[in-house]
Amino acid sequence: MVHWTAEEKQLITSIWSKVNVEECGAEALARLLIVYPWTQRFFASFGNLSSPTAITGNPKVRAHGRKVLTSFGEAVKNLDNIKATYSKLSELHCDKLHVDPENFRLLGDILIIVLASHFAEDFTPACQFAWQKLVGIVAHALARRYH
Amino acid sequence: MVLSAGDKTNVKGIMSKIGGHAEQYGAETLERMFTTYPQTKTYFPHFDLHHGSAQIKSHGKKVVTALIEAANHIDDIASALSKLSDLHAQKLRVDPVNFKLLGQCFLVVVAIHHPSALTPEVHASLDKFLCAVGTVLTAKYR
Repeated sequence: MVHWTAEEKQLITSIWSKVNVEECGAEALARLLIVYPWTQRFFASFGNLSSPTAITGNPKVRAHGRKVLTSFGEAVKNLDNIKATYSKLSELHCDKLHVDPENFRLLGDILIIVLASHFAEDFTPACQFAWQKLVGIVAHALARRYH
Repeated sequence: MVLSAGDKTNVKGIMSKIGGHAEQYGAETLERMFTTYPQTKTYFPHFDLHHGSAQIKSHGKKVVTALIEAANHIDDIASALSKLSDLHAQKLRVDPVNFKLLGQCFLVVVAIHHPSALTPEVHASLDKFLCAVGTVLTAKYR
């Protein structure tokens, strides 16, 4: 059972309320595919991923990034019940998508950097702590149903 | 992992922006690391870890200065950091996992202060560079 302080919850929800999910999601997924190119292995059907420019402009990448970050919002809305929130998605990522859970950690770290670049000094050390904690918990929840 | 010519150009470019801010960015990187990953504090029981600590500023400056030095000798990071590599292997023995944590916090600091310079391509190159530095510093561990 995860324990959140009131301050951590506030730091998370306050940042989230200002996040443009479409933009941040697209950027986070694009950066994942650019910074860790081996992650492209899951997106063979996405078309042109041949260069950073192609990846950033790829409409399927943008759409999927938005989908992923929208789902992330469910964690923010259910901070006290993240495990249950991602139970089905965890099974999906294991049984159908066959994604190594390490990729969830990589995406989490990338998301932190995207948030930092958007929020600058508002992304305080305390904020970073709360958000790294959150992305770690989400990664763990998504890996939990693997077998 | 190999740094391409493009990576080297990207790293030199972004590190030149960091040059004048070694102490500030170094202190901020360390503070974020200690706050975000409290287990990293175990290597500094002898430090005052409060915000604004003179020790954090001084040590932060050392860390970022070493990164700048590595960037200035990016064709042979192993030689440039040879003494630091010995130090980490023989004396400091910081567990290898921690270099990634420091790297993440350094990237966050760069993202905060130079968001437009940290394009996805530069981000990729800088991440590779930080991995390479970590590899050099742990190369003589065993």
